[in-house]
Amino acid sequence: MIERTAPRPVDWLVFLALIAGAVVMCGPFAWMISTSLKPMAEVFKFPPELVSAHPQPANYLRIFTTISFGRAITNSLIVATGVTLLQLVVCSMAAYAFACLRFRGREALFLIYLSALMVPSQVTLIPNFILVRDLGWIDTYQGLILPYAFSSFGTFLLRQYMKTIPRELIEAARIDGASHFQIYFSLVLPLARPALGALAIFTFVAQWNNFLWPLITTTKPEMQVTTVALATLQGQFNTDWPLLMTGSVLAIVPMLVVFAIGNRSFISGITAGSFGGK
Amino acid sequence: MAPLRMNPQRAPAPTLSRLARTEERTAWVFLVPSLVLFLVFTGLPVLAAFAISFTHWDLFNPPALVGLGNYLTLWHDPIFRQVLGNTAYYVLAAVPLQMLLGLLCALGLNRAAVPGKNVFRVIYFLPVVTSTVAAGLVWAWIFNSNFGLINMGLSLFGVTELPKWLVSSRWAMPAVIVVSVWQGLGYAMVLFLAGLQNIRPELYEAAAIDGATGARRLWHITLPLLSPMTFFVFIISIIGSFQIFELVFVMTKAGPANATNTLVFYIYQNGFMFYQMGYASAAAMVLFLIVLVATLIQYRLQDRWVHYD
Repeated sequence: MIERTAPRPVDWLVFLALIAGAVVMCGPFAWMISTSLKPMAEVFKFPPELVSAHPQPANYLRIFTTISFGRAITNSLIVATGVTLLQLVVCSMAAYAFACLRFRGREALFLIYLSALMVPSQVTLIPNFILVRDLGWIDTYQGLILPYAFSSFGTFLLRQYMKTIPRELIEAARIDGASHFQIYFSLVLPLARPALGALAIFTFVAQWNNFLWPLITTTKPEMQVTTVALATLQGQFNTDWPLLMTGSVLAIVPMLVVFAIGNRSFISGITAGSFGGK
Repeated sequence: MAPLRMNPQRAPAPTLSRLARTEERTAWVFLVPSLVLFLVFTGLPVLAAFAISFTHWDLFNPPALVGLGNYLTLWHDPIFRQVLGNTAYYVLAAVPLQMLLGLLCALGLNRAAVPGKNVFRVIYFLPVVTSTVAAGLVWAWIFNSNFGLINMGLSLFGVTELPKWLVSSRWAMPAVIVVSVWQGLGYAMVLFLAGLQNIRPELYEAAAIDGATGARRLWHITLPLLSPMTFFVFIISIIGSFQIFELVFVMTKAGPANATNTLVFYIYQNGFMFYQMGYASAAAMVLFLIVLVATLIQYRLQDRWVHYD
């Protein structure tokens, strides 16, 4: 049995190693926050100091007046929320069909969806860019959102979860005269809430951090999302480290908050994929 | 209990009952949104990318068929060779480091008596949810050769030959590797932890009765039983690492002199900076092939050394 006793010397050694590791893992965050609060002159001081003698919280106002960073954050929120909601609807509908309904070609179609997991997104990048451009969707929300509205991963995750719902429940609802749509909406979706939560948080974080697609499909500053605005800022002010670090803090902190709230379902979403197919 | 259905085992059309037909029709209704989106944004684009790779297309003039021209050019393109070499260097360094450190963290956090495990787990995982663009910016500042934290620290220790990091063709790639290991090890750790928690405790009890020590337990029980997860982490790390882009974009812009130019950056560069859609698509096909082959080889090899108990 793995003993639930007081820590032994080995455990304290492991603990110390983990502390050292944690310092390295957190160091960049600490340095980012530290720099974001420094006046420009202090940034190049030797030896470096973690806490500035003259902290400049005003740096956080400066970034909103230098570029339209508020607009970029709003855009990121709109895109991440839009993609998340659409994926929840589209993937849960597909997952319901795969998990709870019988139809010819079910296994074959599921395999086709799954095989899309092996296609790197950069392979479809150029055709999708041309498609979106021809539709006139450059610099639009639909251009940023719709290509991500379906995900094979999401469908797979939800289907695995829905398969664990007892069939008798669904059969009983059928006998009571419930339609397939009613069963999906009032029985299966509520029961699948943990999986839907995991997919939601996973998708939201991934979209907030997405970079390449918004980089190539937006040209106007007012349609940039946070990551693209940050990269643009780097191009314009590449030595203004306090400004760049305030931007980084503002890009990172919302996800840390989301993760702090939902870290259990986030991690369960990641690990669910690894036990898939069994 | 069972709904009215004529033998659901026999599916061929003529014997389908009314209920089964309703079910089948409903299923397709539920599948319509995903089918449309899948076809438009994944299925057809894959075929289109393949087709575009046989053309010369600058987006302003109509595409011109060039047959295997793009692939032949890739074959003789010295930069593309360098790009493949860089990508291989990155993958071969980042994947093992990330997996090893992730495994060590997971083994540490799997010990029952270590205090503060949940806090550690969250801390080690934070970089995973961090925007890679923002993380790259922070690390670019840390690796700044004049005023960055690392070189300031090194000079405090009396080092005089300070590496130029991101502007040095020798040190730029190691810097990128450090950042991606920092960002990715939490992901490996979480998966390894899930794998470790799946190992039945009775096995350790039996080993303890047989007098097996910690190291022998690790070698003969933990690692073999963890192998399906190790295999899974390996595959997704390889696939993910071949797609490195954001860190290179933010930290080095593929420089200096292409020293950190990687496959996806080269695709981006050719497609969206040089407007060579055909050439970029051919490079994307090479990436596709690498990912496919890596997956297939690993599926073959897993039978040899993976233990499913």
